[in-house]
Amino acid sequence: MDTDEPLIRARGLEKRFGDFEAVKGIDFDVHRGESFGFLGPNGAGKSSTMRMVGAVSPVTGGELRLFGLDPATDGKAIRARLGVVPQQDQLDEMLNVEDNLVIYGRYFDISYAESRAQARKLLEFVQLEDRATSKIMPLSGGMKRRVTIARSLMNDPEILLLDEPTTGLDPQARHVLWDRLYRLKQQGVTLVLTTHYMDEAEQLCDRLVIMDEGRIVAEGPPAELIRVHSPREVLELRYPAGANAEQGPALEGIGARQEVLPDRVLVYADDGEAALSEVHRRGASPESALVRRSSLEDVFLRLTGRTLVE
Amino acid sequence: MTATLPERRSLLGPAVRVFEHHLLVYRRVWKSNVLGSVIRPLLYVLGMGLGVGSLVDDGPRADTALEGLTYFEFFAPAIMATTAMQILTNDALWPIRGGFVWFGTYHNQRATPIDAGDVVTGVLLWHLAKGVLSAGGVAVVLLLFDGTRTAALLPAVVFAAFAGIAYSAPLIAFSASRETDLAYPNIQRFVIVPMFLFSGAFYPIDQLPGWMQTVTRLTPIWHGVELCRGVVHGSLEFVNGAGHLAYLLVWLVVGYVLSRRVFTAKLGV
Ligand SMILES: Nc1ncnc2c1ncn2[C@@H]1O[C@H](COP(=O)(O)OP(=O)(O)O)[C@@H](O)[C@H]1O
Ligand SMILES: [Mg+2]
Repeated sequence: MDTDEPLIRARGLEKRFGDFEAVKGIDFDVHRGESFGFLGPNGAGKSSTMRMVGAVSPVTGGELRLFGLDPATDGKAIRARLGVVPQQDQLDEMLNVEDNLVIYGRYFDISYAESRAQARKLLEFVQLEDRATSKIMPLSGGMKRRVTIARSLMNDPEILLLDEPTTGLDPQARHVLWDRLYRLKQQGVTLVLTTHYMDEAEQLCDRLVIMDEGRIVAEGPPAELIRVHSPREVLELRYPAGANAEQGPALEGIGARQEVLPDRVLVYADDGEAALSEVHRRGASPESALVRRSSLEDVFLRLTGRTLVE
Repeated sequence: MTATLPERRSLLGPAVRVFEHHLLVYRRVWKSNVLGSVIRPLLYVLGMGLGVGSLVDDGPRADTALEGLTYFEFFAPAIMATTAMQILTNDALWPIRGGFVWFGTYHNQRATPIDAGDVVTGVLLWHLAKGVLSAGGVAVVLLLFDGTRTAALLPAVVFAAFAGIAYSAPLIAFSASRETDLAYPNIQRFVIVPMFLFSGAFYPIDQLPGWMQTVTRLTPIWHGVELCRGVVHGSLEFVNGAGHLAYLLVWLVVGYVLSRRVFTAKLGV
Protein backbone atom coordinates (compact mmCIF):
# COMPACT_ATOMS: atom_id res chain seq x y z
CA MET A 1 0.00 0.00 0.00
CA ASP A 2 1.53 3.30 -0.97
CA THR A 3 2.00 5.74 1.88
CA ASP A 4 -0.09 8.57 0.47
CA GLU A 5 -3.09 6.34 0.11
CA PRO A 6 -5.76 7.09 2.72
CA LEU A 7 -6.55 4.41 5.31
CA ILE A 8 -10.20 4.70 4.37
CA ARG A 9 -11.42 5.79 0.98
CA ALA A 10 -15.09 6.02 -0.02
CA ARG A 11 -16.42 7.08 -3.42
CA GLY A 12 -20.11 7.27 -4.17
CA LEU A 13 -20.72 5.01 -1.18
CA GLU A 14 -24.34 3.90 -0.88
CA LYS A 15 -26.41 1.83 1.52
CA ARG A 16 -29.89 0.63 0.68
CA PHE A 17 -32.30 -1.28 2.87
CA GLY A 18 -34.80 -2.58 0.34
CA ASP A 19 -36.26 0.52 -1.29
CA PHE A 20 -34.94 2.86 1.35
CA GLU A 21 -31.66 4.62 0.69
CA ALA A 22 -29.96 5.36 4.02
CA VAL A 23 -26.64 6.52 2.52
CA LYS A 24 -26.90 8.26 -0.83
CA GLY A 25 -23.49 8.25 -2.43
CA ILE A 26 -20.91 9.85 -0.17
CA ASP A 27 -17.19 10.52 -0.74
CA PHE A 28 -14.59 10.80 2.01
CA ASP A 29 -10.99 9.94 2.83
CA VAL A 30 -9.50 9.27 6.24
CA HIS A 31 -5.72 9.47 6.62
CA ARG A 32 -3.47 7.77 9.13
CA GLY A 33 -3.32 9.51 12.50
CA GLU A 34 -6.28 11.67 11.70
CA SER A 35 -9.37 12.10 13.83
CA PHE A 36 -12.36 12.16 11.55
CA GLY A 37 -16.01 12.72 12.40
CA PHE A 38 -19.48 12.27 11.00
CA LEU A 39 -21.73 14.90 12.48
CA GLY A 40 -25.44 14.64 11.86
CA PRO A 41 -28.86 14.22 13.45
CA ASN A 42 -30.58 10.89 14.13
CA GLY A 43 -31.30 9.03 10.94
CA ALA A 44 -28.64 10.84 8.91
CA GLY A 45 -27.00 7.54 7.99
CA LYS A 46 -24.02 7.69 10.35
CA SER A 47 -24.37 4.20 11.81
CA SER A 48 -25.08 2.71 8.38
CA THR A 49 -21.86 4.25 7.13
CA MET A 50 -19.89 3.08 10.17
CA ARG A 51 -21.12 -0.48 9.77
CA MET A 52 -19.98 -0.53 6.16
CA VAL A 53 -16.62 0.89 7.19
CA GLY A 54 -16.48 -1.78 9.90
CA ALA A 55 -16.65 -4.41 7.13
CA VAL A 56 -19.82 -5.84 8.63
CA SER A 57 -22.56 -4.38 6.48
CA PRO A 58 -22.27 -5.01 2.73
CA VAL A 59 -21.79 -1.98 0.51
CA THR A 60 -24.76 -1.70 -1.84
CA GLY A 61 -23.26 0.86 -4.19
CA GLY A 62 -20.08 2.83 -4.88
CA GLU A 63 -16.62 1.99 -3.67
CA LEU A 64 -15.09 1.51 -0.25
CA ARG A 65 -11.47 0.61 0.59
CA LEU A 66 -9.79 0.20 3.96
CA PHE A 67 -6.00 -0.20 4.02
CA GLY A 68 -6.42 -0.52 0.26
CA LEU A 69 -8.56 -3.66 0.75
CA ASP A 70 -12.12 -4.31 -0.32
CA PRO A 71 -14.43 -5.21 2.61
CA ALA A 72 -16.47 -7.46 0.32
CA THR A 73 -13.52 -9.82 -0.21
CA ASP A 74 -11.10 -9.06 2.64
CA GLY A 75 -13.51 -8.50 5.52
CA LYS A 76 -11.64 -10.65 8.01
CA ALA A 77 -8.27 -9.07 7.27
CA ILE A 78 -9.77 -5.60 7.60
CA ARG A 79 -11.63 -6.36 10.82
CA ALA A 80 -8.43 -7.74 12.34
CA ARG A 81 -7.01 -4.20 12.15
CA LEU A 82 -10.09 -2.30 13.38
CA GLY A 83 -11.40 -1.48 16.82
CA VAL A 84 -15.15 -1.04 17.06
CA VAL A 85 -17.21 0.80 19.66
CA PRO A 86 -20.79 0.13 18.54
CA GLN A 87 -23.64 2.49 19.31
CA GLN A 88 -24.91 0.01 21.94
CA ASP A 89 -22.23 -1.31 24.30
CA GLN A 90 -23.26 -4.96 23.90
CA LEU A 91 -21.24 -6.05 26.90
CA ASP A 92 -21.68 -9.61 28.07
CA GLU A 93 -23.58 -9.48 31.34
CA MET A 94 -22.80 -13.12 32.00
CA LEU A 95 -19.09 -12.29 32.30
CA ASN A 96 -17.20 -9.91 34.53
CA VAL A 97 -15.46 -6.82 33.20
CA GLU A 98 -12.05 -8.39 32.63
CA ASP A 99 -13.42 -11.55 31.02
CA ASN A 100 -15.40 -9.41 28.59
CA LEU A 101 -12.06 -8.11 27.37
CA VAL A 102 -10.14 -11.37 27.55
CA ILE A 103 -12.56 -13.31 25.38
CA TYR A 104 -12.69 -10.42 22.93
CA GLY A 105 -8.91 -10.65 22.63
CA ARG A 106 -9.32 -14.35 21.88
CA TYR A 107 -11.50 -13.43 18.90
CA PHE A 108 -8.32 -11.93 17.43
CA ASP A 109 -6.35 -15.10 18.18
CA ILE A 110 -4.41 -13.48 20.99
CA SER A 111 -3.24 -16.07 23.53
CA TYR A 112 -4.99 -16.15 26.92
CA ALA A 113 -1.90 -14.96 28.75
CA GLU A 114 -1.36 -12.03 26.40
CA SER A 115 -5.04 -11.26 26.31
CA ARG A 116 -5.26 -11.08 30.10
CA ALA A 117 -2.20 -8.85 30.28
CA GLN A 118 -3.62 -6.61 27.58
CA ALA A 119 -6.99 -6.48 29.36
CA ARG A 120 -5.35 -5.34 32.61
CA LYS A 121 -3.31 -2.70 30.80
CA LEU A 122 -6.39 -1.35 29.06
CA LEU A 123 -8.54 -1.34 32.18
CA GLU A 124 -5.86 0.81 33.71
CA PHE A 125 -5.94 3.04 30.65
CA VAL A 126 -9.70 3.60 31.02
CA GLN A 127 -9.26 3.98 34.80
CA LEU A 128 -11.28 0.92 35.73
CA GLU A 129 -8.55 -1.37 37.07
CA ASP A 130 -10.39 -1.63 40.38
CA ARG A 131 -13.48 -2.91 38.56
CA ALA A 132 -11.80 -5.84 36.81
CA THR A 133 -13.83 -8.47 38.63
CA SER A 134 -17.04 -6.48 38.80
CA LYS A 135 -20.16 -7.60 37.02
CA ILE A 136 -21.40 -5.43 34.16
CA MET A 137 -24.85 -4.63 35.54
CA PRO A 138 -23.85 -2.34 38.43
CA LEU A 139 -21.59 -0.16 36.26
CA SER A 140 -22.71 3.34 35.33
CA GLY A 141 -23.30 4.25 31.68
CA GLY A 142 -19.97 6.05 31.50
CA MET A 143 -18.11 3.09 32.98
CA LYS A 144 -19.74 0.66 30.57
CA ARG A 145 -18.71 2.92 27.72
CA ARG A 146 -15.13 2.88 28.98
CA VAL A 147 -15.19 -0.91 29.19
CA THR A 148 -16.41 -0.98 25.60
CA ILE A 149 -13.58 1.33 24.55
CA ALA A 150 -11.05 -0.87 26.37
CA ARG A 151 -12.54 -3.88 24.61
CA SER A 152 -12.19 -2.21 21.22
CA LEU A 153 -8.48 -1.70 21.85
CA MET A 154 -7.70 -5.35 22.63
CA ASN A 155 -6.20 -5.97 19.19
CA ASP A 156 -4.16 -2.72 19.10
CA PRO A 157 -6.27 -1.43 16.20
CA GLU A 158 -4.95 0.96 13.60
CA ILE A 159 -8.36 2.55 13.21
CA LEU A 160 -10.85 2.98 16.03
CA LEU A 161 -14.50 3.33 14.97
CA LEU A 162 -16.71 4.98 17.57
CA ASP A 163 -20.45 5.25 16.96
CA GLU A 164 -21.82 8.00 19.20
CA PRO A 165 -19.28 7.41 21.95
CA THR A 166 -20.86 9.72 24.53
CA THR A 167 -24.56 9.85 23.68
CA GLY A 168 -26.64 9.54 26.82
CA LEU A 169 -23.76 10.21 29.22
CA ASP A 170 -23.64 13.01 31.76
CA PRO A 171 -21.21 15.91 31.14
CA GLN A 172 -18.57 14.66 33.53
CA ALA A 173 -18.53 11.15 32.06
CA ARG A 174 -18.25 12.70 28.61
CA HIS A 175 -15.19 14.69 29.60
CA VAL A 176 -13.49 11.60 31.01
CA LEU A 177 -14.13 9.82 27.71
CA TRP A 178 -12.94 12.71 25.60
CA ASP A 179 -9.73 12.80 27.59
CA ARG A 180 -9.09 9.08 26.94
CA LEU A 181 -9.87 9.44 23.25
CA TYR A 182 -7.58 12.41 23.01
CA ARG A 183 -4.77 10.29 24.46
CA LEU A 184 -5.39 7.57 21.92
CA LYS A 185 -5.18 10.15 19.19
CA GLN A 186 -1.85 11.32 20.59
CA GLN A 187 -0.65 7.72 20.48
CA GLY A 188 -1.32 7.75 16.76
CA VAL A 189 -4.57 5.78 16.61
CA THR A 190 -6.76 6.93 13.74
CA LEU A 191 -10.16 7.83 15.16
CA VAL A 192 -13.37 7.76 13.18
CA LEU A 193 -16.42 8.78 15.15
CA THR A 194 -20.01 9.78 14.72
CA THR A 195 -21.83 12.23 16.91
CA HIS A 196 -24.77 14.56 16.99
CA TYR A 197 -23.05 16.79 19.51
CA MET A 198 -21.29 19.74 17.96
CA ASP A 199 -19.10 20.24 21.04
CA GLU A 200 -17.90 16.65 20.72
CA ALA A 201 -17.10 17.16 17.06
CA GLU A 202 -15.25 20.38 17.85
CA GLN A 203 -13.31 18.76 20.68
CA LEU A 204 -12.27 15.56 18.99
CA CYS A 205 -12.22 15.94 15.23
CA ASP A 206 -9.44 17.30 13.08
CA ARG A 207 -11.80 17.10 10.18
CA LEU A 208 -15.43 16.20 9.82
CA VAL A 209 -18.27 15.83 7.42
CA ILE A 210 -21.76 17.03 8.18
CA MET A 211 -24.32 14.43 7.18
CA ASP A 212 -28.00 14.92 6.61
CA GLU A 213 -30.49 12.46 5.14
CA GLY A 214 -27.81 10.20 3.75
CA ARG A 215 -25.74 12.94 2.12
CA ILE A 216 -22.65 14.90 3.04
CA VAL A 217 -23.58 18.57 3.09
CA ALA A 218 -20.23 20.05 4.16
CA GLU A 219 -16.71 18.97 4.91
CA GLY A 220 -13.64 20.44 6.61
CA PRO A 221 -11.94 21.16 9.92
CA PRO A 222 -14.50 22.36 12.50
CA ALA A 223 -13.10 25.90 12.71
CA GLU A 224 -13.02 26.26 8.96
CA LEU A 225 -16.57 24.98 8.55
CA ILE A 226 -17.75 27.59 11.01
CA ARG A 227 -15.75 30.34 9.35
CA VAL A 228 -16.98 29.50 5.86
CA HIS A 229 -20.61 28.89 6.66
CA SER A 230 -21.42 31.26 9.48
CA PRO A 231 -20.61 34.84 10.58
CA ARG A 232 -18.38 35.00 13.63
CA GLU A 233 -21.03 35.64 16.26
CA VAL A 234 -24.62 34.78 17.02
CA LEU A 235 -27.05 36.98 18.88
CA GLU A 236 -29.76 34.90 20.57
CA LEU A 237 -32.97 36.80 21.32
CA ARG A 238 -35.83 35.46 23.40
CA TYR A 239 -39.24 37.08 23.20
CA PRO A 240 -42.36 36.21 25.21
CA ALA A 241 -43.75 32.76 24.44
CA GLY A 242 -45.28 32.59 20.97
CA ALA A 243 -44.00 36.05 20.01
CA ASN A 244 -40.73 34.96 18.38
CA ALA A 245 -42.22 34.52 14.93
CA GLU A 246 -43.68 38.07 14.87
CA GLN A 247 -40.26 39.67 15.26
CA GLY A 248 -39.05 38.74 11.80
CA PRO A 249 -39.97 41.98 10.01
CA ALA A 250 -38.71 44.22 12.82
CA LEU A 251 -35.28 42.59 12.72
CA GLU A 252 -34.87 42.54 8.97
CA GLY A 253 -31.48 43.70 7.77
CA ILE A 254 -29.74 43.33 11.12
CA GLY A 255 -26.57 41.23 10.87
CA ALA A 256 -25.95 38.86 7.96
CA ARG A 257 -29.03 36.73 8.44
CA GLN A 258 -31.78 35.79 10.91
CA GLU A 259 -33.19 32.44 11.89
CA VAL A 260 -36.53 32.25 13.68
CA LEU A 261 -36.80 29.15 15.88
CA PRO A 262 -39.82 28.21 17.99
CA ASP A 263 -38.12 29.26 21.23
CA ARG A 264 -35.79 32.06 20.09
CA VAL A 265 -34.56 34.19 17.23
CA LEU A 266 -30.95 33.91 16.06
CA VAL A 267 -29.21 36.86 14.44
CA TYR A 268 -25.93 36.02 12.70
CA ALA A 269 -23.46 38.88 12.72
CA ASP A 270 -19.74 39.45 12.86
CA ASP A 271 -20.34 41.86 15.73
CA GLY A 272 -23.09 40.56 18.00
CA GLU A 273 -23.07 43.52 20.39
CA ALA A 274 -23.55 46.00 17.57
CA ALA A 275 -26.43 43.92 16.28
CA LEU A 276 -28.02 43.96 19.74
CA SER A 277 -27.74 47.78 19.91
CA GLU A 278 -29.53 47.97 16.59
CA VAL A 279 -32.30 45.69 17.91
CA HIS A 280 -32.82 47.99 20.90
CA ARG A 281 -32.69 51.08 18.68
CA ARG A 282 -35.54 49.68 16.61
CA GLY A 283 -37.57 49.17 19.76
CA ALA A 284 -37.70 45.38 19.37
CA SER A 285 -36.18 44.70 22.78
CA PRO A 286 -36.35 41.03 23.80
CA GLU A 287 -36.94 39.51 27.25
CA SER A 288 -33.37 38.31 27.19
CA ALA A 289 -30.43 38.36 24.82
CA LEU A 290 -27.03 36.77 24.64
CA VAL A 291 -24.09 36.95 22.27
CA ARG A 292 -22.01 33.83 21.59
CA ARG A 293 -19.55 32.53 19.04
CA SER A 294 -20.86 30.63 16.04
CA SER A 295 -20.77 26.86 16.38
CA LEU A 296 -21.20 23.79 14.22
CA GLU A 297 -24.82 23.79 15.30
CA ASP A 298 -25.24 27.05 13.40
CA VAL A 299 -23.47 25.60 10.38
CA PHE A 300 -25.85 22.67 10.44
CA LEU A 301 -28.86 24.95 10.78
CA ARG A 302 -27.58 27.08 7.92
CA LEU A 303 -27.05 24.10 5.61
CA THR A 304 -30.14 22.05 6.39
CA GLY A 305 -32.61 24.50 7.88
CA ARG A 306 -32.95 22.25 10.92
CA THR A 307 -31.38 21.90 14.34
CA LEU A 308 -29.08 18.97 15.15
CA VAL A 309 -30.74 17.70 18.30
CA GLU A 310 -34.51 18.03 18.21
CA MET B 1 0.00 1.00 17.86
CA THR B 2 0.22 -1.43 15.01
CA ALA B 3 -1.29 -4.86 15.07
CA THR B 4 1.01 -7.80 14.69
CA LEU B 5 -1.46 -10.60 14.41
CA PRO B 6 -0.47 -14.18 13.85
CA GLU B 7 -1.70 -15.81 10.68
CA ARG B 8 -4.85 -17.85 11.13
CA ARG B 9 -3.76 -21.28 12.21
CA SER B 10 -6.73 -23.28 11.11
CA LEU B 11 -10.04 -23.00 9.36
CA LEU B 12 -11.84 -24.00 12.52
CA GLY B 13 -9.97 -21.37 14.59
CA PRO B 14 -12.60 -18.62 14.58
CA ALA B 15 -15.39 -21.10 15.39
CA VAL B 16 -13.37 -22.39 18.33
CA ARG B 17 -13.23 -18.82 19.68
CA VAL B 18 -17.03 -18.75 19.67
CA PHE B 19 -16.98 -22.09 21.48
CA GLU B 20 -14.57 -20.62 24.04
CA HIS B 21 -16.98 -17.80 24.74
CA HIS B 22 -19.66 -20.33 25.66
CA LEU B 23 -17.19 -22.20 27.80
CA LEU B 24 -16.28 -19.04 29.68
CA VAL B 25 -19.94 -18.29 30.38
CA TYR B 26 -20.54 -21.92 31.37
CA ARG B 27 -17.74 -21.73 33.93
CA ARG B 28 -20.00 -19.49 35.98
CA VAL B 29 -22.92 -21.92 36.06
CA TRP B 30 -21.34 -25.32 35.69
CA LYS B 31 -21.74 -26.45 39.29
CA SER B 32 -25.50 -26.15 39.41
CA ASN B 33 -25.68 -27.35 35.83
CA VAL B 34 -23.65 -30.52 36.36
CA LEU B 35 -25.47 -31.30 39.57
CA GLY B 36 -28.79 -30.91 37.77
CA SER B 37 -27.74 -33.12 34.91
CA VAL B 38 -27.12 -35.99 37.34
CA ILE B 39 -29.86 -35.44 39.92
CA ARG B 40 -32.66 -34.95 37.42
CA PRO B 41 -32.11 -38.20 35.49
CA LEU B 42 -31.55 -40.02 38.77
CA LEU B 43 -34.98 -39.05 40.08
CA TYR B 44 -36.47 -39.72 36.72
CA VAL B 45 -34.94 -43.11 36.23
CA LEU B 46 -35.80 -44.16 39.76
CA GLY B 47 -39.36 -42.91 39.57
CA MET B 48 -40.21 -44.26 36.15
CA GLY B 49 -37.97 -47.30 36.12
CA LEU B 50 -38.93 -48.63 39.50
CA GLY B 51 -42.53 -47.44 39.60
CA VAL B 52 -43.74 -48.24 36.12
CA GLY B 53 -41.16 -50.98 35.89
CA SER B 54 -42.64 -53.02 38.74
CA LEU B 55 -46.01 -52.91 37.01
CA VAL B 56 -44.70 -53.91 33.60
CA ASP B 57 -42.12 -56.46 34.62
CA ASP B 58 -44.67 -58.46 36.60
CA GLY B 59 -47.29 -58.10 33.88
CA PRO B 60 -48.61 -60.84 31.60
CA ARG B 61 -46.46 -59.89 28.57
CA ALA B 62 -43.24 -59.24 30.43
CA ASP B 63 -41.19 -61.77 28.45
CA THR B 64 -41.94 -60.54 24.94
CA ALA B 65 -43.13 -56.93 25.06
CA LEU B 66 -39.74 -55.26 25.58
CA GLU B 67 -37.39 -57.37 23.48
CA GLY B 68 -36.51 -59.39 26.57
CA LEU B 69 -35.46 -56.33 28.59
CA THR B 70 -36.78 -55.24 31.94
CA TYR B 71 -38.71 -52.01 31.80
CA PHE B 72 -35.80 -50.18 33.41
CA GLU B 73 -33.33 -51.56 30.89
CA PHE B 74 -35.65 -50.64 28.07
CA PHE B 75 -36.39 -47.09 29.03
CA ALA B 76 -33.28 -45.86 30.85
CA PRO B 77 -30.79 -45.66 27.91
CA ALA B 78 -33.40 -43.82 25.84
CA ILE B 79 -33.38 -41.02 28.41
CA MET B 80 -29.88 -40.12 27.26
CA ALA B 81 -31.21 -39.17 23.84
CA THR B 82 -34.36 -37.43 25.08
CA THR B 83 -32.38 -35.43 27.65
CA ALA B 84 -29.93 -34.21 25.01
CA MET B 85 -32.87 -33.27 22.80
CA GLN B 86 -34.66 -31.36 25.53
CA ILE B 87 -31.64 -29.43 26.72
CA LEU B 88 -30.34 -28.56 23.28
CA THR B 89 -33.70 -27.51 21.87
CA ASN B 90 -34.04 -25.14 24.78
CA ASP B 91 -30.53 -23.81 24.08
CA ALA B 92 -31.50 -23.35 20.44
CA LEU B 93 -34.32 -20.97 21.32
CA TRP B 94 -33.84 -18.14 23.86
CA PRO B 95 -30.03 -18.16 24.03
CA ILE B 96 -29.90 -17.67 20.25
CA ARG B 97 -32.14 -14.67 20.51
CA GLY B 98 -29.91 -13.41 23.31
CA GLY B 99 -26.90 -13.58 21.01
CA PHE B 100 -28.63 -11.38 18.46
CA VAL B 101 -30.82 -9.07 20.49
CA TRP B 102 -30.35 -9.09 24.25
CA PHE B 103 -26.58 -9.32 24.53
CA GLY B 104 -25.40 -8.65 21.00
CA THR B 105 -22.74 -11.34 21.37
CA TYR B 106 -22.95 -12.42 17.74
CA HIS B 107 -22.69 -8.84 16.52
CA ASN B 108 -19.58 -8.37 18.64
CA GLN B 109 -18.03 -11.51 17.27
CA ARG B 110 -18.90 -10.50 13.74
CA ALA B 111 -17.01 -7.22 14.24
CA THR B 112 -13.80 -9.22 14.68
CA PRO B 113 -12.19 -11.70 12.26
CA ILE B 114 -15.08 -14.08 12.96
CA ASP B 115 -17.65 -14.55 10.20
CA ALA B 116 -21.34 -15.31 10.56
CA GLY B 117 -20.65 -18.89 9.45
CA ASP B 118 -17.96 -19.26 12.12
CA VAL B 119 -20.49 -18.16 14.72
CA VAL B 120 -22.87 -20.93 13.68
CA THR B 121 -20.11 -23.54 13.68
CA GLY B 122 -18.97 -22.40 17.11
CA VAL B 123 -22.48 -22.47 18.56
CA LEU B 124 -23.02 -26.00 17.22
CA LEU B 125 -19.67 -27.16 18.58
CA TRP B 126 -20.84 -25.88 21.93
CA HIS B 127 -24.18 -27.65 21.56
CA LEU B 128 -22.34 -30.87 20.83
CA ALA B 129 -20.33 -30.43 24.02
CA LYS B 130 -23.45 -29.54 25.97
CA GLY B 131 -25.16 -32.63 24.55
CA VAL B 132 -22.25 -34.79 25.72
CA LEU B 133 -22.44 -33.19 29.17
CA SER B 134 -26.17 -33.70 29.56
CA ALA B 135 -26.25 -37.24 28.15
CA GLY B 136 -23.12 -37.91 30.21
CA GLY B 137 -25.03 -36.99 33.35
CA VAL B 138 -27.59 -39.64 32.55
CA ALA B 139 -24.83 -42.14 31.79
CA VAL B 140 -23.34 -41.54 35.24
CA VAL B 141 -26.69 -42.46 36.74
CA LEU B 142 -26.99 -45.57 34.58
CA LEU B 143 -23.61 -46.74 35.86
CA LEU B 144 -25.27 -47.20 39.23
CA PHE B 145 -27.52 -49.97 37.98
CA ASP B 146 -26.55 -53.51 37.05
CA GLY B 147 -28.78 -53.63 33.99
CA THR B 148 -27.08 -50.64 32.33
CA ARG B 149 -23.54 -50.70 33.68
CA THR B 150 -21.51 -51.07 30.50
CA ALA B 151 -18.71 -49.39 28.57
CA ALA B 152 -21.20 -49.01 25.74
CA LEU B 153 -22.61 -46.01 27.62
CA LEU B 154 -19.72 -44.09 26.10
CA PRO B 155 -20.78 -44.43 22.44
CA ALA B 156 -24.36 -43.96 23.65
CA VAL B 157 -23.43 -40.54 25.03
CA VAL B 158 -22.00 -39.58 21.65
CA PHE B 159 -25.09 -40.85 19.82
CA ALA B 160 -27.36 -38.95 22.19
CA ALA B 161 -25.42 -35.71 21.70
CA PHE B 162 -25.55 -36.25 17.96
CA ALA B 163 -29.32 -36.67 18.10
CA GLY B 164 -29.44 -33.47 20.14
CA ILE B 165 -27.64 -31.34 17.56
CA ALA B 166 -29.73 -32.89 14.80
CA TYR B 167 -32.50 -30.96 16.58
CA SER B 168 -30.70 -27.81 17.51
CA ALA B 169 -29.16 -27.17 14.08
CA PRO B 170 -32.48 -26.59 12.27
CA LEU B 171 -34.04 -25.02 15.34
CA ILE B 172 -31.22 -22.44 15.53
CA ALA B 173 -32.06 -21.43 11.97
CA PHE B 174 -35.71 -21.11 12.95
CA SER B 175 -35.25 -19.09 16.13
CA ALA B 176 -32.67 -16.80 14.52
CA SER B 177 -35.08 -16.03 11.70
CA ARG B 178 -37.94 -14.95 14.00
CA GLU B 179 -38.51 -11.26 14.68
CA THR B 180 -39.87 -12.03 18.15
CA ASP B 181 -39.64 -14.90 20.63
CA LEU B 182 -43.42 -15.39 20.75
CA ALA B 183 -43.30 -18.70 18.86
CA TYR B 184 -40.65 -20.29 21.08
CA PRO B 185 -42.94 -21.73 23.80
CA ASN B 186 -45.14 -23.26 21.13
CA ILE B 187 -42.15 -25.02 19.62
CA GLN B 188 -41.60 -26.67 22.95
CA ARG B 189 -45.25 -27.42 23.63
CA PHE B 190 -46.30 -28.63 20.22
CA VAL B 191 -43.12 -30.00 18.70
CA ILE B 192 -40.63 -31.10 21.33
CA VAL B 193 -42.94 -32.46 24.02
CA PRO B 194 -44.97 -34.64 21.60
CA MET B 195 -41.77 -35.97 20.07
CA PHE B 196 -40.58 -36.81 23.56
CA LEU B 197 -43.77 -38.70 24.38
CA PHE B 198 -43.91 -40.56 21.08
CA SER B 199 -40.17 -41.11 20.72
CA GLY B 200 -40.29 -44.80 21.62
CA ALA B 201 -38.50 -44.04 24.88
CA PHE B 202 -41.31 -45.23 27.11
CA TYR B 203 -42.85 -48.07 25.09
CA PRO B 204 -42.07 -49.83 21.82
CA ILE B 205 -43.59 -47.87 18.96
CA ASP B 206 -45.34 -50.97 17.60
CA GLN B 207 -47.89 -50.18 20.31
CA LEU B 208 -48.91 -47.19 18.18
CA PRO B 209 -51.28 -47.24 15.19
CA GLY B 210 -49.49 -47.81 11.90
CA TRP B 211 -49.54 -44.24 10.63
CA MET B 212 -48.18 -42.93 13.92
CA GLN B 213 -45.33 -45.40 13.72
CA THR B 214 -44.43 -43.92 10.36
CA VAL B 215 -44.50 -40.40 11.78
CA THR B 216 -42.37 -41.44 14.72
CA ARG B 217 -39.79 -43.00 12.43
CA LEU B 218 -39.44 -39.64 10.71
CA THR B 219 -38.60 -37.81 13.92
CA PRO B 220 -34.88 -37.68 14.69
CA ILE B 221 -35.46 -38.54 18.35
CA TRP B 222 -36.67 -42.04 17.55
CA HIS B 223 -33.38 -42.70 15.76
CA GLY B 224 -31.46 -41.36 18.74
CA VAL B 225 -33.43 -43.57 21.12
CA GLU B 226 -32.85 -46.65 18.96
CA LEU B 227 -29.12 -45.90 18.79
CA CYS B 228 -28.73 -45.44 22.53
CA ARG B 229 -30.82 -48.42 23.55
CA GLY B 230 -29.28 -50.66 20.92
CA VAL B 231 -25.68 -49.86 21.71
CA VAL B 232 -26.13 -50.12 25.47
CA HIS B 233 -27.68 -53.60 25.17
CA GLY B 234 -25.40 -54.79 22.40
CA SER B 235 -28.29 -55.29 20.01
CA LEU B 236 -27.42 -52.52 17.55
CA GLU B 237 -26.58 -53.90 14.14
CA PHE B 238 -24.09 -52.04 12.02
CA VAL B 239 -26.42 -51.40 9.11
CA ASN B 240 -29.19 -50.12 11.36
CA GLY B 241 -26.79 -47.97 13.32
CA ALA B 242 -25.35 -46.46 10.15
CA GLY B 243 -28.86 -45.79 8.89
CA HIS B 244 -29.89 -43.98 12.06
CA LEU B 245 -26.73 -41.90 12.04
CA ALA B 246 -27.14 -41.03 8.38
CA TYR B 247 -30.69 -39.87 9.00
CA LEU B 248 -29.59 -37.68 11.90
CA LEU B 249 -26.75 -36.35 9.77
CA VAL B 250 -29.22 -35.16 7.14
CA TRP B 251 -31.05 -33.06 9.75
CA LEU B 252 -27.77 -31.74 11.07
CA VAL B 253 -26.41 -30.76 7.67
CA VAL B 254 -29.64 -29.19 6.45
CA GLY B 255 -29.98 -27.30 9.74
CA TYR B 256 -26.38 -26.17 9.62
CA VAL B 257 -26.66 -24.84 6.07
CA LEU B 258 -29.91 -23.02 6.88
CA SER B 259 -28.46 -21.56 10.08
CA ARG B 260 -25.42 -20.24 8.24
CA ARG B 261 -27.71 -18.61 5.73
CA VAL B 262 -29.88 -16.94 8.37
CA PHE B 263 -26.91 -15.79 10.45
CA THR B 264 -25.14 -14.38 7.41
CA ALA B 265 -28.23 -12.39 6.49
CA LYS B 266 -28.90 -11.19 10.04
CA LEU B 267 -25.33 -10.25 10.89
CA GLY B 268 -24.66 -8.53 7.57
CA VAL B 269 -27.53 -6.05 7.27
N1 LIG C 1 -31.51 -2.48 9.03
C1 LIG C 1 -32.22 -1.45 8.56
N2 LIG C 1 -33.31 -1.66 7.80
C2 LIG C 1 -34.04 -0.63 7.33
N3 LIG C 1 -33.75 0.66 7.56
C3 LIG C 1 -32.68 0.94 8.32
C4 LIG C 1 -31.86 -0.09 8.86
N4 LIG C 1 -30.87 0.48 9.58
C5 LIG C 1 -31.08 1.82 9.48
N5 LIG C 1 -32.15 2.09 8.73
C6 LIG C 1 -32.65 3.43 8.40
O1 LIG C 1 -31.62 4.15 7.76
C7 LIG C 1 -31.61 5.51 8.19
C8 LIG C 1 -30.24 5.84 8.73
O2 LIG C 1 -30.05 5.13 9.91
P1 LIG C 1 -28.70 5.20 10.72
O3 LIG C 1 -27.58 4.90 9.80
O4 LIG C 1 -28.85 4.36 11.92
O5 LIG C 1 -28.65 6.75 11.11
P2 LIG C 1 -27.87 7.48 12.29
O6 LIG C 1 -26.86 6.56 12.83
O7 LIG C 1 -27.26 8.69 11.63
O8 LIG C 1 -28.88 7.88 13.30
C9 LIG C 1 -32.71 5.63 9.22
O9 LIG C 1 -33.84 6.17 8.57
C10 LIG C 1 -32.98 4.24 9.65
O10 LIG C 1 -34.33 4.06 10.02
MG1 LIG D 1 -26.63 5.85 14.75
